[in-house]
Parts: sequence; C-alpha cells; structure tokens
Amino acid sequence: MLLFIVQRLLATIPTLLFATLMVFAIQRLLPGDPALALVGEERDPQVIAFIREKYRLDDPLPVQYLAWMWQLLHGNLGESIRTRQPVTQLILEKLPVTVQLAVWSMLVALVIAIPAGVIAAVRKNSLADHLSTFAALSGLSIPNFWLGIMLILLLAVHWQLLPASGYVSLFEDPVESLRRMIMPAFVLGTGLAAVLMRQMRSAMLEVLRQDYVRTAKAKGVRGTVIVVRHAMRNALIPVVTIIGLQMGALLSGAVLTEQVFAIPGFGRMIVDAVFNRDYAVVQGVVLFTATAYIAINFLVDILYALINPKIQVGR
Amino acid sequence: MKKLRVLLITILIGLVTSSLAQVTVRVGLGADPDILDPDLGRTLVGRIVFASLCDKLFEITPDLQVVPQLATGYQVSEDGLTLTIRIRQGVVFHDGTPLNAEAVKFNLERSLNLPGSLRRSEIQQISSVEAIDNYTVQLNLSEPFAPLIAQLADRAGMMISPTAAKTLGEQFGANPVCAGPFRFVSRVALDRIVLERFTDYWDAERIKIDRVVFLPIPDASVRLVNLRAGDLDLIEGVATTDLNLVRADPNLELVSSPSLAYQGMTINLANPAPRDHPLATDVRVREALDLSLDRNAINQVVFDGQFLAGNQPHPPTSPWYIADYPMVARDVERSKALLAEAGHTRVAFELMVVNNPVAIRVGEVIQIMAAEAGFDISLRPTEFVTALDLQTQGTYDVFQVGWSGRIDPDGNIHQFHTCEGTFNFTGYCDDIVTQLLNEARTTSDPTERLALYREAALRFLPNRHIIYLYHPQLFFAHTNRLRGFEAYPDGLIRFQGVTLN
Repeated sequence: MLLFIVQRLLATIPTLLFATLMVFAIQRLLPGDPALALVGEERDPQVIAFIREKYRLDDPLPVQYLAWMWQLLHGNLGESIRTRQPVTQLILEKLPVTVQLAVWSMLVALVIAIPAGVIAAVRKNSLADHLSTFAALSGLSIPNFWLGIMLILLLAVHWQLLPASGYVSLFEDPVESLRRMIMPAFVLGTGLAAVLMRQMRSAMLEVLRQDYVRTAKAKGVRGTVIVVRHAMRNALIPVVTIIGLQMGALLSGAVLTEQVFAIPGFGRMIVDAVFNRDYAVVQGVVLFTATAYIAINFLVDILYALINPKIQVGR
Repeated sequence: MKKLRVLLITILIGLVTSSLAQVTVRVGLGADPDILDPDLGRTLVGRIVFASLCDKLFEITPDLQVVPQLATGYQVSEDGLTLTIRIRQGVVFHDGTPLNAEAVKFNLERSLNLPGSLRRSEIQQISSVEAIDNYTVQLNLSEPFAPLIAQLADRAGMMISPTAAKTLGEQFGANPVCAGPFRFVSRVALDRIVLERFTDYWDAERIKIDRVVFLPIPDASVRLVNLRAGDLDLIEGVATTDLNLVRADPNLELVSSPSLAYQGMTINLANPAPRDHPLATDVRVREALDLSLDRNAINQVVFDGQFLAGNQPHPPTSPWYIADYPMVARDVERSKALLAEAGHTRVAFELMVVNNPVAIRVGEVIQIMAAEAGFDISLRPTEFVTALDLQTQGTYDVFQVGWSGRIDPDGNIHQFHTCEGTFNFTGYCDDIVTQLLNEARTTSDPTERLALYREAALRFLPNRHIIYLYHPQLFFAHTNRLRGFEAYPDGLIRFQGVTLN
C-alpha cells in the first residue's frame, strides 16, 4: 500500500511542472498589454515604464518563467498587479469560500444523485426511471446562471425567504452562511447531480447483472441488502472517479454561479484577473487548482484501493 | 420615586439601544475597486470609495463649480506660475495627525514622486511646493496651468495621513488613512469594503450614517435584484433596460444625472503612419459617415431615449458646448453626394467595438444606418484591453470608444486633439489647434478659455477624426428609506446630508 502511495505521489511531479508551463505560456499568449490594463486612462509613459520594470514584463519569456518558478519554490506567488495584495493571501482568503460552496454543492448532488441513480437502476424502465432521466437531463441542460437568477427572483425578491446573494463565513454566522449557500449550492448541485445520477444508474445496472448478485438473490438475500451491501460498493467506483473530477472542477471556482450570487470565490477572482491581465493572480490560482485536482485524484486512487482491495494499480 | 426610577431606566435603555442601532448603508458597486491609495488608484469605483474615505483640497458642486473642502481658498498669481492655497484649520486625519501645510506638501510631493504614481501626469506642472506658514502652501508651477484646481478637486488633491504613509509604506493601499467622513475598517477583495463614521470629521454634523459597506457586484441585473430584495440600500449603474422596473417599484427611487462622459467613433487617420483608406485620406468621406447617422435614433434604440445625443466632447447642456456647431440631422442624400464627390460609391471599413452587449448594439445600429448611405461596415467586437492595445498600435480603422470625462474642458480635449497628445490615437495633427489648446490651459479666465476652445473646436470638429455620438446618463437606484442622496455628474456617491430610516 505504501509503495502504491509513494509511486502515485512521484507521478504527480511531472504533471505539476507541466501545469506551470501551460499556465505561464497561455497567459503570455493573451493579447493586450498588462501595463496598459493597469494604468487605465492615465497614460503616463513614466508609470508604464515603471510597471514594466517592476513586473519584469520586458524580460525574455524563459527568464520570466524561471523567475516565477524561483519565487514559487520559495513559497512566493507574487502579488496582484491591481491591488498589490500578495497572491498567497488572496488564495487563502478565497479558499474557504470556494471549499464551502464546493462541499455544499457536492452534498446536494450526492443526496439527489445516489438515491435517484440506484432507484432508476433497480426499477429500470419504470416511471421512476424515466422521471429521473428527465430530471437529470433538465439539470444538465438548464444553464445555471438562468436557474440562479430565477431562484433569486422567486425566493429572494418575490417571497423574501432567502437573501439574494453574498457570502458569510460558516464560522462567523452559521445560520446566515447556510441561508446564503442554499441557492448557489442547489444551482451547482443539480448540474452535477445529473451526471452523477446517470453514472450511478449505469454502474448499478452493470453490477446488478453480475453472477454474484444473481447468486445472492438465489440464496434469498433481501433486495435492499443486495443493493446496498453487495451492489453499491462496486458500482461506486466509477462514480467516485466522477466525483473526484467534479470536485476538482468545483474547486477551480464556479464562475457563472459566483457572478450571479456575488460569491467572492476563485471563479470571480480568475475572471477579474484575466480581464485585468493580472498575470500573477491567474498563474497562482490556476496552479493552485491544478494542484488541488491532482491531490483529489490522488485521494480517489487511494479510495479505490480502500473500496476494493483488489484494485491497487502498480502491484 | 418609582416614576422617576422608571423614567431613568427608560432613558438609559433609550440611550443604549440608540447607540447600538447603527445606521449602515450597503452600496452595490459595478466592479471591485483597485488599490485604495489615491496616488495609485485608477478605477471609477475606487473614486466612489474615496469620496467617503478621503477628503480633498477642493470639491465640486452638482453643477461642476469648484468649491473648497480641505482648502478654504486659493489665489493664482498674475503670471499664473504661483498658486497659493489656504488650508482649513482644525482638521485631523483618521489617525489623529493634524492637517497642516507640511501634510499638504507631503501629499503633493508624494503624488509627484511616488514610483508608479498615476497622479504625476495630472499635476506635473507643479515644480515645487512650499509651506509658507502652518496653514498656507505655495505651489510653484513650471508653466501656467488653469486645469490644476480641477485636478486638486479629484484624486490628486486627496490628502492622506503622512504618518500612516511613512509607517505603512507599500501597505498603505491596504490600510488607507485619510481625512474623510468615514474611516477604513476592513476589506475583503471582491467581497466588501467596510467603512465606519469618523467621529472627529471636520464637517461631522452633515454625516448621519454610522457605517458604509461597499459590495462589488459586477452584473447589473444581480445588483438590482439585490436592491429589490432589500439586501442593498443603494446601487450605481442601473442598466437603461431596467429603468422602468425601478420606476414601477414603490419601494425604490431612481436618481439620475448627466455624466461627464462621451462615446463616439475614433477614426484612424495616421497612426502610426498616414493611411491609405478613404476615411483616412478624405474628410468628405468622414463627413458622409457622420451625416448618415441619426444620433437620436441610436439613443432611442439602444438606450430607450434615456441618454443624451451629442456631437462634441461636451454635452449640449454644458457651458463648454460650442453653440455655433450644432447637431445636424441625418441626411442620407447629402451623404451619398459627398461620397460620390470623393469618388466612391461604397466604402468598406471595420468598426472595432468593445465586446459587451451595449457597444455591440450601438455598432449594429451604426452599421445599418451607414449602409444606406454607402458604407459597408463589418463589426469587430474585441475584448477591452486588447482593443486598447490595438488602438495604441494603430491596428484599427474605426473604434467605437468613449471617454469618462473630466470637470475641466482641457481634460476632454487637449490630449486627444494636440499633435503629441497621449490619447491622440488618430494621428491628427494641426499646429494651430495645438497652439490654441495649449493657450487655453494657461489662462484662468473662463470667457477667454471658451473663446479659445471655440476657435480650436471650429477647426478640429469638422475634421471628424472623432465623431462624437452620445453622452451616457448616470442612474442610481436606492430604497425609499434613504433620503437626501444627490447624483453628481462625476458619478461619485456622497453621504453628506444622507439619512437612512
């Protein structure tokens, strides 16, 4: 097991390196001069020259890349060109927000998707199955920014049940925090649930066809026990993969949802930073989320091994 | 005795609860402000926060007159090279440091010398600052510069605490200390900026609010929805498509003001070198384009008639509008005739517009109208920063772009129409115009200045390298529990005299 973990860890390093290269390169390919983006309407050539020097914008690209990597290895992600705040501080500020939203959305997705998927598989081709499929497709098709605004209009403006937008930390005021998370988590969660539910359903169908399930049925084991104890564990494996990928995506920030609900997470930060050509922020956030993705998938791999000891790739 | 006890207890409770009942105004902004350092800030929303945080030497009235704020008055010498400013006594910064001549000197020198200062170019005519006595400063100018007072009525004139500036250094922008009605409490990037009332403010009786929270919410519909739901008290930047919604809501009030801004089409004549295109070489083709447009139609179709059509840098309502160059009605026939005279039946060009729905709509209306006169326009929606880059390099035919506007007419004209102007992206160069515009900056007499601007305008306006189209209006909306809010043409939010029930 230990060997497995170590092997996996070592495999992440080249991936991370490649991620840094991609992030750096793509940013520099963006048209538009960051110095001009920063000065806005005040076109003082002295200021533009100062900025270009301060942020090494005129250095050759490989030099800029190495300078950034050097800083990175010292734990310094640079500072935002716009507000001069250290990027590390910005990330630490926004991380709890994004994590909160991600966790709640995933919970909503799981609560909807797992039971729906299982029921759809067990009662294949029944009304329940068709309804779940319909709901899943709707969840996938409905644009989440539209759903978000509709929910706000209905629940916040019309019925005044929930606050329209904004974020309050869970540690500051749990009740307010939850009230503000309900709509965005629901909006994000339904989109995720759709995919998860379909995956759960097909995985369950696959597993329910297996010989050992038939044997269990023949032995007289009760239906629910078969489903929960025997079938689900194996069906969960592909689902866990998808959950891992989705969590990674959630942690990179739900751009549209954050815009609609005015949540100060990674999504908004990245959008802002790209439009302002705030290289350091974009690099820092993308690198962070790439790392998060890799970390999560690493955990998923470990989880496989726990769910089914037979899966220990590399053994 | 019992009655007295009850009375005393009631009074005590009243005092306690009234001190606990903080009046907080939550303001929805259209973007997240950048660094909160007056010398480094560049955003309009940043200036909105500064209006509550940092007082300045001078202020403006809603009709754009410059009045004293931290200064009490000024004098300009005969030759225009010396500006003497008297400073208000009894003013302290948020950290208790007193405002005096030394502090003002420190501030102006910082604006000029801080590396990366965006204010330097605004007041670069100041060659030195002297503290004559405790409450008088003298600014020595390298050349006469009439717009200087207007610059000191904006960020360049904002006073920050020298003590805080020296102690905090680069961190000042994260913890600003000024002399405005509210002091800085906290800020979470992209989330909120919290200010609280400064009890020692020099004009404290006019401030009836305890806390101001600025919440950046970029999407206009989301901002409005928040206001309607009661999660915000005041918002800026109401979309023209939402105005009727606000008017119909009994709990909301709409406040509007003309702005200082304009929008128009900038035509590339010679950037970086003289171009071969008919629009660039022949003024008749540009006139034809101008005449093919119905500005009122643009206003009606895109802005529901809520903005103001215009044909000059200043709106028709401005004292700086040149009366003998009025707007001319659309004339397609004359347009076609001019094109024919210039030897063309159809002229094709690319119209670069900023990549947002409003600008694209304006572009489309222009495209349709000009087509009738013989112009084949292809629209090129481009991301804003990229477009600015292209404009600077001269890689464009025509760019639909605007300018946020300045109080002083020099700020709306000089850099665009002088040969070496920093915003001259058209390559237009007329030495007489440059001379006139330079002269107009040296005299403080408004009549003289207007005459000079008129003479210059009657030369550069007909050249049509910038075709001015319209002037946006500013729209704010607030809960009807808020009273006393007035919209200023600079788009800033001022809380003097504002109350919230």
